[in-house]
This record gives sequence, C-alpha cells and structure tokens, in this order.
Amino acid sequence: MFDIFEGYDLLGAFWVTVKLTVFSGIGALVLGTVLAAMRVSPVPLMRGFATVYVNVVRNIPLTVIIVFCSLGLADIFGMTLGASDDFDELAFRLAVLGLAAYTAVFVCEAVRSGINTVPVGQAEAARAIGLSFTQVLRHIVLPQAFRSVIGPLTNVLIALTKNTTVASAIGVAEAALLMKEMIENEAQLLLISAVFALGFVILTLPTGLILGWVGKRMAVKR
Amino acid sequence: MTSVLYDAPGPRAKRRNIFYTAAFVVLLALGLWWIFSVMSDKGQLEWSLWEPFVTAQAWTTYLLPGLGNTLKAAALSLVIALPLGAVFGIARMSDHRWVRVPAGVIVEFFRAIPVLLLMLFANEFYSAYTGVSTEVRPLYAVVTGLVLYNASVIAEIVRAGILSLPKGQSEAAKAIGLRKGQTMTSILLPQAVTAMLPALVSQLVVIVKDTTLGGALLAFPELLNARGTLAANYANVIPSFIIVAIIFIVLNLLLTTFASWLERRLRRAKRSSGAVLAADTAGAEEPVAEPGVKTDDGRGT
Repeated sequence: MFDIFEGYDLLGAFWVTVKLTVFSGIGALVLGTVLAAMRVSPVPLMRGFATVYVNVVRNIPLTVIIVFCSLGLADIFGMTLGASDDFDELAFRLAVLGLAAYTAVFVCEAVRSGINTVPVGQAEAARAIGLSFTQVLRHIVLPQAFRSVIGPLTNVLIALTKNTTVASAIGVAEAALLMKEMIENEAQLLLISAVFALGFVILTLPTGLILGWVGKRMAVKR
Repeated sequence: MTSVLYDAPGPRAKRRNIFYTAAFVVLLALGLWWIFSVMSDKGQLEWSLWEPFVTAQAWTTYLLPGLGNTLKAAALSLVIALPLGAVFGIARMSDHRWVRVPAGVIVEFFRAIPVLLLMLFANEFYSAYTGVSTEVRPLYAVVTGLVLYNASVIAEIVRAGILSLPKGQSEAAKAIGLRKGQTMTSILLPQAVTAMLPALVSQLVVIVKDTTLGGALLAFPELLNARGTLAANYANVIPSFIIVAIIFIVLNLLLTTFASWLERRLRRAKRSSGAVLAADTAGAEEPVAEPGVKTDDGRGT
C-alpha cells in the first residue's frame, strides 16, 4: 500500500519545508524586530516608514511576493543571492527572501503589541525610583514584553510553516510541490493527501501545543 | 508624547531625534535611488512598458476579468464558509461530548493544513471522481480549498463571538424558560453576529490573498494569473507586478478600513451587550477574553 512512496523523496521534501521555515523564520524575526523598533521609536519618520511597510506588505498576497522574487528580482534584475549557477538553490534563497519579507510584518505587529501591553505606569514607577533608560528597558519593559509575545509569535511561526508551501509556485522542491507531482502521477489521491496532511499536522500541532503552553506559563498575569 | 519607552523629549533628545531623522532620510534616499537606477538600467522605466495601463485594452482584456474572478472566488468562499463555520463553531460548544469532540478535531485539522494542499487535493479529486468540466474545475478547487480552511477559522470566530457575550444573557434566557436551541438562535447568535462582523470582514482579506494560490498553481484565471498573460503580451514584467500589487493593496486596504470603521461604529452604538471582536482577531488562537484586545497573528497567507 505504501510502496507508491518508493522513488519519491518524501522526507527530503519535508526537510526542505523545515529548512524554509527555519531560515525565513530567523530572517523574519530579525527584520520584524527592526521594524517593530522603528514603529515604537521617537522619530516620526521611522515610525511612518515602518507603518507604510507593514500596511503595504500585509495587503499583498504572499504568492505575488514569491512569484515576483523569481520573475522580477531574479529574471529581470538578475539578482543571484550568491547562487548564480544553481537554479534550485537560487529558488530556495528567493523563497526565503520573500517569506522573510512577508512574515516580518506579522512579527513586527506581534512584538509591537507586546510592548504595548506594558502599562505606562510601570515605566513611570521605574523612572521614579531612579532607574536609567537602559535599566527601565532591561529590567521592566522588555521582560514583560517578551513574555507576552510568545503566544502571538507562535501563531506567526505556524502560519509561516504553512506558508512555505507557496514556495512551490517558483519550483522549490518542498512538500506541496511533491504532493502535486505525486497526485498527478499516482492513482492514490486519498492516501497521498492523507500522508502529506499528516506531515503538516505533525509539524504544526506540537509547535502550537508546546509553545502555547510555554506562552501561557510565561505571560504576565494582569 | 509619552509611551512606556520614552518620556516627552527634552532639548538633548530633540537634537538627537533630528539627527536620527536626517540619517534616516539619507538612508531612505539612497535606497530609493538604488531601486530607481536598477530599474532604469534594466529599461523598466520605459514609457512603452507602462503605456498599456493607461489604455483601456489591458484593463478590459486582462486585469478586470482577473479581478472579477478573484472577487467571485472570494465571495463564493465566504458565502459557503459562513454557515458551515457557524455550524462547526456552535457544535464545538455543544454540551454533548460526541458532538463537541469531532467538531473540534475537524476544525483543528483543517486549520493545521496549508490551504494550498487543500486546493491541490480538491483539484485532483474533482478531476478523478466527478464530471466537473476542466474550465470550471480550478474555480471549484480554489473555492473548496478556501471553504475548508476558512470555515474552520470562522468557526473559531463564531465561538469567540458567542463566548464574548456576558453570561447573564444565556442565564436570563434559561430563566424565562427558553430551550438551548432557542437561546442560541434568538439570544446569542444575533448578538454574536454583530460582534463578529469586523473580524469576518477582515477575514475576507485573507481569502482574497489566498485566491492567488489557485492562480499560480492551478491555472485559475484570477488577477495574478491574468498578470502573467498580460506580461507575456506586453513584455512588461515589473510594471505589471507593480500594478497588480497596487490593485491588491487598494482592495485589501478598503476591506480593512471598512472592518475597522464597522468595529468603531459597533462599539459606539453599543447595540449588543457583548464585546466587539477586533477586526484583527481573525483566526485567533484563543477566544478573546477581554474586549478590544487585539491578537493579531499571521495565520492566513
């Protein structure tokens, strides 16, 4: 029954999905944190720029962004991202770029909402007892902010895992592309779909449960 | 401006802010100049590539039909997913374990799976087991995939909407002798629907964005797909991407603006005794406990 999976690199495809998630997750975390810092900064111009970025990017479909990375950035502008002669590697890097640029928006919003959950009175009280700006940040604001964003960031991570399937639109050999290829070639639609669905359940469900539990434990009860 | 991070700026902070602003302006200008020079290097600023968009033909032949298909798929998905989601949302709160548990499993299952997988499955399913013609099959597949995913998200919105109502509502209904079904249909649901409206409208943004998956992988002729045909005809890849992105941005901004306008209005009107679900609650992991707490996550594509 499962011999149709012979000749297909099922684990390899899911491994690409995991790699896409991890690399673009790290990229999104860095870019998203920078954006969030800009959005709460005292400089109006930076706030404006970050706001525009968030509102523009979150309204463009991810598919458009990913396909643009391939047809626009690579084909027209000749961007190679250090993988000029390896097409598979180039597609992978372009997908990571697109996913990170898109997911950063949601990371930014999560981090910003975390900072916003800290009541102003906390910082005022900290300043009243004579703490400096860095001390306020290190001991009062950031610990509370970080602990309240674990939950929202988990959701972003799960969404990112599912969104990596969009990379199949530019030919990255991840799980969705293999599923498309397999259900077109083999006459075992239900079995193949069930296996791939299970693969994603295995990837996303434990992440949600574990990090959700951690987030709930860590959150500052108010 | 006082926030948790900054006090109202004094003279030194003001000077520093001016310095940061200037540095940022320089950086931004360099970035823009770089994009501009790369675009003109590759000849993407030639007027001939942009000209099609000021003539009627590009719009009537490619963009508007594509946009029409996008909207059609989105509207169909929402209309079908709404009652389905309501049923599952209510079933998840049932008093009977044998209703509650299966409904919960189905909702969590379809939320854990990428929409694209559902679409691919539906496309192959229709081609193998049904007589759906090849012309409408992509539309059917896209709508099926979107319905399966969004019904489960809407189920959560419905649940959050009903849970956001004060407990006194159902207690009062019980006190005047209404049955469970009556309490749900005449007391809880009408109030929950009002509370849910903003969240539902903003879920439409996710649906609109997800239709492009069908365009890229199932040859569903929506806006992104129409862009490909247009660019093949006029050889204007970059301009066509920019125009299509702008159409999506405007469309989705209109939806988000409408959702938050609706939210403000409902909050002000206080017609319902419950909380109003924030527009961004769509797909929230947990039912919203306090009114106005935005749990913005990126669950959709």
